[in-house]
Amino acid sequence: MNAFAQHLAFQFRTGIRDRSLLLMNYLFPLGFYLLMGALMGQVNPGFLGSLIPAMAVLAVMSGTLLALPGTLVEAREAGIFRSYKVNGVPALSILVIPVLTTMVHSLIVAILVGVSAPSLFHAAVPTSWAGFLLVFLAMSFAFAGIAGLIGVVSSNNQMTVLLSQLIFLPSMVLGGLMLPTSMLPTGLGKVALLLPTTYAMNAFGELAMGQTMPVNSVLSLAILVASGALAFYLAVYLFRWDSKNAARRAHPALALLALLPYIAGLVLIR
Amino acid sequence: MEDSIIEVRDFRKVYGDFVAVDGITFEVNRGEIFGLLGPNGAGKTSTMESLEGLRLIDGGELRVAGVDPGHQPHLLKRVLGVQLQSSGLPANIRVDESMRLFCAYHGLPPRDDLLDRLGLNEKRSAQYHQLSAGQQRRLALALAVAHKPPVIFLDEPTAGLDVASRVQLHDLMRELQADGTTILLATHDMAEAAELATRVAILLRGKIATIGTPLELTAAGAGLTKISVRTEGSSLARPEAKFPGIQQTSRQEEYFIYFTTDVGGTVSALMAYLHAQSDQLVDLRVERPSLEDRFLEITHHGAAQ
Repeated sequence: MNAFAQHLAFQFRTGIRDRSLLLMNYLFPLGFYLLMGALMGQVNPGFLGSLIPAMAVLAVMSGTLLALPGTLVEAREAGIFRSYKVNGVPALSILVIPVLTTMVHSLIVAILVGVSAPSLFHAAVPTSWAGFLLVFLAMSFAFAGIAGLIGVVSSNNQMTVLLSQLIFLPSMVLGGLMLPTSMLPTGLGKVALLLPTTYAMNAFGELAMGQTMPVNSVLSLAILVASGALAFYLAVYLFRWDSKNAARRAHPALALLALLPYIAGLVLIR
Repeated sequence: MEDSIIEVRDFRKVYGDFVAVDGITFEVNRGEIFGLLGPNGAGKTSTMESLEGLRLIDGGELRVAGVDPGHQPHLLKRVLGVQLQSSGLPANIRVDESMRLFCAYHGLPPRDDLLDRLGLNEKRSAQYHQLSAGQQRRLALALAVAHKPPVIFLDEPTAGLDVASRVQLHDLMRELQADGTTILLATHDMAEAAELATRVAILLRGKIATIGTPLELTAAGAGLTKISVRTEGSSLARPEAKFPGIQQTSRQEEYFIYFTTDVGGTVSALMAYLHAQSDQLVDLRVERPSLEDRFLEITHHGAAQ
């Protein structure tokens, strides 16, 4: 097995072995799914039409936004990146490997949800699993890129929590997980266009669930992929091996460029 | 001409207005154990980390086995093994996983023999955070030497270890040296440096205060001899306890330590004084100053300046 595969296998096992990662990758999204399926199904039966995509989005947000940045900061502060550097591990691997393993953990959760939700809660089944997988990959890529970027620019764990929650909380409320974005007031609807969740739910609705959605699914996918690519590029560019070496390639504020695809979405979608 | 494998020429490292390393030059020969000593803030870590390619330099030139650490990281990893002072391993990585992973990045099969050699065989399934401090350091050393690099950097390799673990690590260092490996050893443990190092450099405020073999360094001091005295009474604490040739005095537990230029004169006067004071001599030792004494002399002198 080559080095990349060895590293990938170790990182995947870490996602289960590490209690906090296990919580964020599996326990929290699955627990939330069971709660939402039971409660929201009673309160708002319409919610069951989007339960599977909504919980897939939650699983990805939990594994990426809530877990990945802290893992990166802790590893940097513990000198693990320094150790990797002197042993020739490239920066790209340090970012790509946890992202890939997080995507796999989230996909496992999404499959568990997809398989169980129809029988447990009478949730709507995707009309196209290929479309579901396509949107899932684009959304995971976007969130993982953002989470990696947060981990790279944050100087400590408190900062990662702050930045992650700036995206996570509005996404939960405004991003179409709990209620369709079409029901939001105009102003909040515009704010929702700055969130990856909005585009993910739109694309899921159209490409996986066969619903008519307010935003074109191709545009949604394009924005998610562009966001992921830009965030990854910025994360690699701004990556630091340790916090002791003061040399930076650029100011961390450059990370704000990752918002560009969403600003474009805000401009393009009326 | 000796075969140098580590070359440091006019090396300079600056942090803002603070000059951490101020144009130092030294070479380490192939097969040496070279001790890098100095008080905190002397520039040891900056020098080591720059040689490891972890810091960019602000002047001069560095080479490790002909490789420029700042600009040739992929070549550096082949010629250099590093045991970092901090753990450098994920808390939940298993011992055998870490060996597999690091060897894989060097394109090698795992070196399980090293785990056996360093007494980690029974711990191969344990996670890193479950190891004792000694086991963690042994694992770090195993990973540093796994790809058989010609040069190894060890940063405080035995700090906090019990005697048995220290002896085990010292034996391994000697074995590596016997195999032709060059070791750059940063340590605060003067006894360790005196015992293992073929040469040492003492850094002080970013400059090399002195460099040479431990024997040369102790011999090149102020020519002082160390006299340690313990008595039953406290007569030596009195102000009138003054003896010829004394350059420096200190106390270490129940011992009065004198550094003198005139051993005979000091000991004669000391015995006469104790007799006059009716104080009983319990112990008297006359020694050549150790590397630690020389280190304290240099750093004390440097601090006074």
